[in-house]
Amino acid sequence: MQQFADRLLSDGLLAGLPTGLGYAIVIAVFAFILLNFIMLIAGVTSWLERRVWARIQSRVGPNRVGPQGAIQWLADGIKNILKEDIVPTAADRRLFKLAPYVAMTGFFGAFACLPFADGLIVADLNIGVLYITAVTALVVVGILMAGWSSNNKWALLGGIRSAAQIVSYEIPAGLSVMPIVLLTGTLSMQGIITAQGWAPWRWFLFANPFTFVAFFIFFTAALAEGNRTPFDLPEAESELVAGAFTEYSGIRSLLFFLVEWGNLYVIGALSTTLFLGGWQVPAVSSNAFVMGVLQVLTFFLKSYFLVFVAMWVRATLPRVRVDQLMALCWKYMTPIAFVNLIGTAVWMTIFPTGNRVVELAMTGLGLAIVGYFLARVRYHLRRAKPELYLSPAI
Amino acid sequence: MGYLQNIREAVGTIFEGLSITASHLVRRPFTIQYPDRIDVRVQDTLPFRYRGLLDVDLEICTGCLACERACPIDCIVIEAEKDKQTKEMILKRFDIDLAKCMYCGLCSEPCPTGSIHHTPEFEGADYSLESLVRRYVKAPIVAYKPKKGPETDPEIAPILSRGLRYLDEFATPGDAKEP
Repeated sequence: MQQFADRLLSDGLLAGLPTGLGYAIVIAVFAFILLNFIMLIAGVTSWLERRVWARIQSRVGPNRVGPQGAIQWLADGIKNILKEDIVPTAADRRLFKLAPYVAMTGFFGAFACLPFADGLIVADLNIGVLYITAVTALVVVGILMAGWSSNNKWALLGGIRSAAQIVSYEIPAGLSVMPIVLLTGTLSMQGIITAQGWAPWRWFLFANPFTFVAFFIFFTAALAEGNRTPFDLPEAESELVAGAFTEYSGIRSLLFFLVEWGNLYVIGALSTTLFLGGWQVPAVSSNAFVMGVLQVLTFFLKSYFLVFVAMWVRATLPRVRVDQLMALCWKYMTPIAFVNLIGTAVWMTIFPTGNRVVELAMTGLGLAIVGYFLARVRYHLRRAKPELYLSPAI
Repeated sequence: MGYLQNIREAVGTIFEGLSITASHLVRRPFTIQYPDRIDVRVQDTLPFRYRGLLDVDLEICTGCLACERACPIDCIVIEAEKDKQTKEMILKRFDIDLAKCMYCGLCSEPCPTGSIHHTPEFEGADYSLESLVRRYVKAPIVAYKPKKGPETDPEIAPILSRGLRYLDEFATPGDAKEP
């Protein structure tokens, strides 16, 4: 984006302006576009989650507001804006009002480093992955602020539990990123993607068995970081009302939920970048625009598929208890993540440029797992009892 | 050992659970989206004797006031008087207050022709209480006089046969009076 801004300043629309002002304008415009895009994605994700969740539970979900209920999230947003702004009397007013915005900053800052296509990235930092991991930690600060400033014991407990969970799961997540960094030697997001290829056997997911396991550890740890079921104890509706966000109403609570849904997209995008080959597509056209569009589509579809998997997991698995949560993190995920890291390092000394046979074999294994999964789905469909689906009245 | 078995169980059960929910994702949902997205109107699937909202076929009402006397809540108001010259019953007013009706069916049992009967219609909700008073007489009308033999008027015959069928099925057998 730096080159784009320079080009605009030298002979484009902003020629003649002082450099600082020109940069500021470009940054503001890009931030505005990106914020709109993110809020749109977060809203649509909320609608899609409700539809997917409902279909998994054999019901329909919101389908009245607009075609297939697609603007339900807009209606919810407008309703929330029109609500009364309640700040508890004994709450710390400044922290209470600031908390949602801190969480949003943490989550929004991660988008500065997400690669949408070759060259279409806001800032290709050469410490990209580290930056994202650090910035998303601001969400913890936001949640703790929300829990503390609510002046509510259970909100505080929820906030502390949430902070403990997020901080614990940073470790397996960060450790699972390390095998990828070892394989590429760079932390830059574009660098990691260009080190992969478009074909599944060129993805880092199938590079060696250790990265295969690292993908699942990373995805699970990232889900736990985003407070998603099965790890959503801090916001378990049946237990703590809304956890750290109990005292929030109207647009402030909606901001926290938008952070959660948008974070899903960041998780999907990160996993896609690190493990699934990012925006790589086969070179089908020499037209740069067409290739750019294909790349954006590929990246978006891959990330959104992982978002869908997160929603699917949320509808499937029961919540884990807080001691099970901690046991899972420290006793199972962290050791396995360490094993992955060391295994990848050993693998790289044995096969410095990767092993084609193993890559193809791992791809075959992945396809076999998908095939077995579809076979199980077919088995369950066959055993579905038809009399449950016949209603006597209609 | 227990550690590896835990991992194996976790992965296996999550895999199985995800496959079950995926199979549910592609099935048709159970939800019946009443009232606008159903194949058949619910009213058409209800039995003939269903005690829904009341309706009066004024063409076969004899003005005998049996329903007015039978109603336990007095929701039926009828004004009928015998014309002195023609010796016919004139119906001036036949109001049923649906807000009061308790759908017990006591009014349709003693009706000689089955003109007051319950329909399968149940969607009677409205915005004003006054609209729930159904007035069936627009202008004073001569009441029906049941004939000795079968009904010959082609317009009234189907209504009468339906009313008698209703009485047959609804009231206790033996109480329905033949015309």
